[in-house]
Amino acid sequence: MADHDVALTVNGEPRRGRAEARTTLADFLRDELGLTGTHLACEHGVCGSCTVLFDGDAVRACLLFAVQAAGHEVVTIEGIAPAPGGPDRGALDPGAPDRGALGPVQQAFMECHGLQCGFCTPGFVVSVSAFLDECSDPTDAQILDGLSGNLCRCTGYQGIVAAVRRAVELRSGALPAAEPSESRP
Amino acid sequence: MKPAPFEYHSPATVAEALALLREHGDDAKPLAGGQSLVPMLALRLTRFAHLVDLNGVGALAGVELQPERLHIGSTTRQRVLERDATVAAAVPLLARAAPHIGHFQIRNRGTVGGSLAHADPASELPAVAVALDAELVVGERTVAARDFFTGTWTTTLADDELLTAAVFPVWSGDVRAAVHEVARRNGDFALAGAAIQVSVDDGRVARAAIALFGLDSTPVRALDAEAALVAGESLAAVAALAVRDVEPNDDIHATGAQRRRIGAAVVERALQEVCGG
Ligand SMILES: Cc1cc2nc3c(=O)[nH]c(=O)nc-3n(C[C@H](O)[C@H](O)[C@H](O)COP(=O)(O)OP(=O)(O)OC[C@H]3O[C@@H](n4cnc5c(N)ncnc54)[C@H](O)[C@@H]3O)c2cc1C
Ligand code: FES
Ligand code: FES
Repeated sequence: MADHDVALTVNGEPRRGRAEARTTLADFLRDELGLTGTHLACEHGVCGSCTVLFDGDAVRACLLFAVQAAGHEVVTIEGIAPAPGGPDRGALDPGAPDRGALGPVQQAFMECHGLQCGFCTPGFVVSVSAFLDECSDPTDAQILDGLSGNLCRCTGYQGIVAAVRRAVELRSGALPAAEPSESRP
Repeated sequence: MKPAPFEYHSPATVAEALALLREHGDDAKPLAGGQSLVPMLALRLTRFAHLVDLNGVGALAGVELQPERLHIGSTTRQRVLERDATVAAAVPLLARAAPHIGHFQIRNRGTVGGSLAHADPASELPAVAVALDAELVVGERTVAARDFFTGTWTTTLADDELLTAAVFPVWSGDVRAAVHEVARRNGDFALAGAAIQVSVDDGRVARAAIALFGLDSTPVRALDAEAALVAGESLAAVAALAVRDVEPNDDIHATGAQRRRIGAAVVERALQEVCGG
């Protein structure tokens, strides 16, 4: 079966690639575009690790075919917070320029131990970012409901729930707890 | 796992979509939100040589308030039901049911028509359609919801037909609705659930619609319970009547007896919510 030419916008930039009809958006992002932040676990819609924003809405990238994304706008975990200069090498090389900046949800997950192995984390961060965009001051019940579409096999969820509460604070302008690079002149 | 290879079609009109379905017969399947079909393809529970994507058929999407009815195009996302003020005002039961469907990421993509056509016995929207006597528009013909669902994952839709819209009656007066269900985890399909809409006049229930899901292979309409509620019987009596005739089977999720007890409990909870007592 013929490949399709897929042109779309990913993290604000025009991208294109080839995909078989049956190639999911998640596989396309990972294998064709090299954006491996979108993780795949169950591949049938249950775990949420593949969550991306599709025209602004959080969706399962394993339940969309890449051909269906042609002409649409996708935001992956790589686009959730700007990471100028790529991976964070600051700890290894304090003089390196362009530490990747963390977005408020990422910062909150780090502060509150919202991750252990980190496999589920991209899906959680994308889902929580979309959730808080719509519900900026959630109750505890709303937080649990908002998290229900993502599975984590490590943390026991308490740290993740705390991270959502912390992200609410950070997004509303409270100061970040950790200031990374004070050793710089 | 990955789906088996297929050919992808993206028609722009209903006529084009129907022509593709006619051409390829049972080798073709419509693709709406993909939230049920794609998992089944990925697990290789099913395979089709052709998928006909309905997402590019603009005419199928959208909600329109008409005199005394709400017309919902089949590819309208489930998320619209919970967000749209027109839906909440016109058919409160739809707005109450939607948040129970999976998770918000599922509802962002899953469609109203896909849920009805997929006809999972534990799904919320088929029960809402049966409770409210919705009319399901299948091209030229219109099917009453109670005749549309024929069994687990089975409807009267033929391979070359499309569900184009669902039309719900708009009740007048003081209309209240509630959906209660029990699921193992938040967002899972329900073990049993109840969808109830009433209109209240002068403190009394003047009109009632009650349907149960998860208790049989199709939604169960509880007509006797509705009559008892309007006649002023106790909520517990109405709940008992609602499950009187159901005999759910045992399965890996629950025994039939458990489902029946849960059914009565969720009917009573939903009644308490709408009757305020
Ligand atoms: C993790 C998870 C949890 C879920 N939880 C729930 C839940 O609690 N309750 C619930 O109700 N659902 C649940 N779902 C299913 C979800 O609601 C689906 O969206 C819905 O069942 C199917 O709608 P769809 O638009 O995604 O259809 P698709 O998956 O695209 O299609 C489903 C079937 O309907 C057919 N079809 C679709 N549209 C039409 C049409 N217009 N005409 C003719 N045939 C058509 C397709 O050919 C296919 O056979 C869940 C799904 C997931 C992945
Ligand atoms: S990999 Fe997509 S939901 Fe699990
Ligand atoms: S941190 Fe390991 S799965 Fe969530």
